[in-house]
Amino acid sequence: MTVAIDVKGLRKSYGALEAVRGVDLQIESGEVFALLGPNGAGKTTTVEILEGYRRRDAGDVSVLGFDPARRERAMKARIGIVLQSTGVEQFLTVSEVIEMYRGYYPKPRPLDEIIDVVGLNEKRGERVKKLSGGQQRRLDVAIGLAGDPELLFLDEPTTGFDPAARRRMWDAVKNLASLGKTIFLTTHYMDEAQELANRVAVISAGVIVAEGPPSTLAGREAAQTIVRFRLPERAPALPRSLKVPTAARDGLIEIEAADPVTVLHELTGWALEKKVELQQLEVSRPTLEDVYLKLTGDEAEAAE
Amino acid sequence: MSDVALALRQVKYENRSFWRNPASAFFTFVFPIMFMVIFNLIFGSSKYSPFGSNATVSQFYTPALMAFSIITACYTNIAMGVVFAREEGILKRMRGTPLPPWVYLFARIAVSVMVAVLLVVIIGVFGRVFYHVKLQGVRTLPELVVALVVGAATFCAIGLAMTSFVPNVDAAPAVVNATIFPLLFISDVFIPIQGNGVLTHIAAVFPVKHLSNAIIAAYNPHTVGAGFKGNDLAIMGAWAVAALIVALRRFRWEPRAQS
Repeated sequence: MTVAIDVKGLRKSYGALEAVRGVDLQIESGEVFALLGPNGAGKTTTVEILEGYRRRDAGDVSVLGFDPARRERAMKARIGIVLQSTGVEQFLTVSEVIEMYRGYYPKPRPLDEIIDVVGLNEKRGERVKKLSGGQQRRLDVAIGLAGDPELLFLDEPTTGFDPAARRRMWDAVKNLASLGKTIFLTTHYMDEAQELANRVAVISAGVIVAEGPPSTLAGREAAQTIVRFRLPERAPALPRSLKVPTAARDGLIEIEAADPVTVLHELTGWALEKKVELQQLEVSRPTLEDVYLKLTGDEAEAAE
Repeated sequence: MSDVALALRQVKYENRSFWRNPASAFFTFVFPIMFMVIFNLIFGSSKYSPFGSNATVSQFYTPALMAFSIITACYTNIAMGVVFAREEGILKRMRGTPLPPWVYLFARIAVSVMVAVLLVVIIGVFGRVFYHVKLQGVRTLPELVVALVVGAATFCAIGLAMTSFVPNVDAAPAVVNATIFPLLFISDVFIPIQGNGVLTHIAAVFPVKHLSNAIIAAYNPHTVGAGFKGNDLAIMGAWAVAALIVALRRFRWEPRAQS
């Protein structure tokens, strides 16, 4: 495996504010990597340094073997950038815009393929001005694909999308991943990272606080299962062997279970015997979002 | 594709965008023609004394509105269009592609100059056909061409420099119009200013009056010889150089409103 992006000891300050304080990242070719973090955690700064928009204060950065700070044309020819802001020439049609951007690259991807991947076939003759928000966003991705990049930066690709549009965008990204493209994704949505990424890193206050596959991030696989339910009023006391419930949220009883099978067996057996209804019974494992909120908790609240 | 081919291709797309945009097509292209018709209908056949007893006011408005055309097509159009493209993120997106940055700016400037040339030709033909306004023979033609070229270069440069003083899209029309309209009124463009008052001295500092005077010279019956106006051209040139320096130092590719 070759390394697509290699970052060591990256630092960047704006005046007195240290936005990025020593970030290390290594992304292999063909990987779908997601950088997660609350607003102001250093996410955009990091990505924009990799894309060549910002200069770093310190650290080593290599993107496809190039130093992005030098803004070399040869590097730009091999990457695709889908920014958050969605400015496109309003008065050109979808296919004209994609065609215009294709012309900037030495080996562009065929127009029809690009339109297919992002699902804008029915809109190809439509002026950009007339597209819906979701369609414009897919056009952004289409433009990012114009040069048939080896590495694609996707900055919050589905913010503001309705659920159906998100699914379509996810399909498009998976499609690209299956072609072996390296994808560097940033997102606020944990389900998006879970769905798309092979590996995620969480950035908080300018440092990477956790890194790994979404299923095992920050010991998520080892974390305890939670059994949650509500007891009706005047229910008999729970058996002692279940341990005293550890927390009650909105009147819900939560039991952290290292051995969920035993706990559930005991609980349901007790409920059947005593004819007690276990309202809203639920067994859950910590989601990526739970892990993420735990990791970024203070900062995310401060940013609200 | 070579960079030259890329540049020509970019001109094609920018040109298409320009004409499909009702706002730019109207304010930049229709405005000068509208003024041309209105001013001539109101004042056209009146005598215009500074040019002598045989001259009409159309003989003033034809060259004066050529100057106005260059100013709207180059200054106003570039300043507004580039601020809009910057704030929309179009410039930032372009910066992320292998397209050399100069190609994009060249294409915008080229389209502006093409529009200016088209307007100058339309106004010249209009004046000639409906009001019999003529150049002072072929001898002043070189002077006219030089004035148009220097004027277009100057106002394109000022337009680019001005973008760095406009913080966001909402401010663009206000800043761009507020800087140019007072000058248009005191610089022999909308109204011929006679005498040597305070306004004349103020106008003399800015490039608008020098552009209109350099173009008017080509139509003035009193112009002797080729009529080159070295002074006007030099002052425009100085503005062009100053604007270019400002643009090179202050031009930004990323939206300013967000950061």
